[in-house]
Amino acid sequence: MTQSGVDVPPKGGFSFDLCKRNDMLIQKGLKAPSFLKTGTTIVGLIFKDGVILGADTRATEGPIVADKNCEKIHYMAPNIYCCGAGTAADTEAVTDMVSSQLRLHRYQTGRDSRVITALTLLKKHLFSYQGHVSAALVLGGVDITGPHLHTIYPHGSTDTLPFATMGSGSLAAMSVFEAKYKEGLTRDEGIKLVAEAICSGIFNDLGSGSNVDICVITKGHKEYLRNYMEPNPRTYVSSKGYSFTKKTEVLRTKITPLMERVEITEVGEAMEE
Amino acid sequence: MSIFEYNGSAVVAMVGKNCFAIASDRRLGVQLQTIATDFQRISKIHDRVFIALSGLATDVQTLYQRLVFRHKLYQLREERDMKPETFASLVSAILYEKRFGPYLCQPVIAGLGEDDKPFICTMDSIGAKELAKDFVVSGTASESLYGACEAMYKPDMEAEELFETISQALLSSVDRDCLSGWGGHVYVVTPTEIKERILKGRMD
Repeated sequence: MTQSGVDVPPKGGFSFDLCKRNDMLIQKGLKAPSFLKTGTTIVGLIFKDGVILGADTRATEGPIVADKNCEKIHYMAPNIYCCGAGTAADTEAVTDMVSSQLRLHRYQTGRDSRVITALTLLKKHLFSYQGHVSAALVLGGVDITGPHLHTIYPHGSTDTLPFATMGSGSLAAMSVFEAKYKEGLTRDEGIKLVAEAICSGIFNDLGSGSNVDICVITKGHKEYLRNYMEPNPRTYVSSKGYSFTKKTEVLRTKITPLMERVEITEVGEAMEE
Repeated sequence: MSIFEYNGSAVVAMVGKNCFAIASDRRLGVQLQTIATDFQRISKIHDRVFIALSGLATDVQTLYQRLVFRHKLYQLREERDMKPETFASLVSAILYEKRFGPYLCQPVIAGLGEDDKPFICTMDSIGAKELAKDFVVSGTASESLYGACEAMYKPDMEAEELFETISQALLSSVDRDCLSGWGGHVYVVTPTEIKERILKGRMD
């Protein structure tokens, strides 16, 4: 704790005060914790009128599926969305942070955000942490200069591409894109191709699974199709459900009644001056 | 042995119809030796938000004290209680701040939000939020808990049925984990009351 003894909320950035203790525990033979990763297949492609982003919805913790329906397409600006792969906390934190910075920038300049602004903010942050912030991103959006699609690697390098895939399922998805992508796709053709690429990742890669999320961004308009396709529904649910014959034994019960929530209604006229 | 297996823990939260239940085991151990059989893992932040922390016991207690402090500050400034979604964001920010030297615990947060809608979420040790509509689990018994909850859970259960389901899921899962158990501690919260029950389980 600090010398003053008061735990004042800090000014921002990372705090390293538990590092020494954690290193000591690791030296004593305790293994470091594993973080929630998004195994993932994330893709993006540029079509005739804009950008389509796609992602699967499985979050893994080691070999266990921790979340069967998580959201990997993050909001950055009304015209820019970002898919994230890698350590889940890092992708969420970095996209939230840059989204707030973009909003402040919009207030200051009075203009819509540009994709290249988001790209530069993200790559600066990731490079300065030398790859330790493990976030691999596919950033796409449509701004005044047209549609853009970029990939950002955890160490801070970026690529600008007409179609891109990232994550553990990226090879499965890229094979679909390389075979079927062409320039000037229509909206429906683009959505079908993205869904096919994500499905290829879902079925062939063990780190990706569950449903397909799609986000279509065009000039002045965006459409977030959450759970666009659900190729893995649970079909074996028993309609009777589970019933317990033996009840649990309880040693002690304590009931705390909660106060009724007070509802304030405005009655009568306001006071006159 | 992993750091999370030093003390042992099992925590689960489930959503019901306008109510939620949060349950934990009661063992505190140092590797294979049991030190206490009445360790409090679930803590009340305010009448409608509960947090249960699994993992290293010292971080559980320190983190709980920090969170209570932040919530009291919030109450003084805003003159109201924190919503569960806001509280989850606060916990996530506090954990991510220590990204490169994290608190070695995994929280499970459960609360009743606006219109008495139940809210549950869990996080890994660096604050990656995982919202769920049915149940969340954490601790050394988490793999068994995933299986038990997946089989036993039904949507829209009333408070009594929810209590039975979450207790059975907890007790059957900790029976398959050496490091957790020694009874159970279950809170079932509805808009009108909080029912806290201690369960009788296998003491081995």
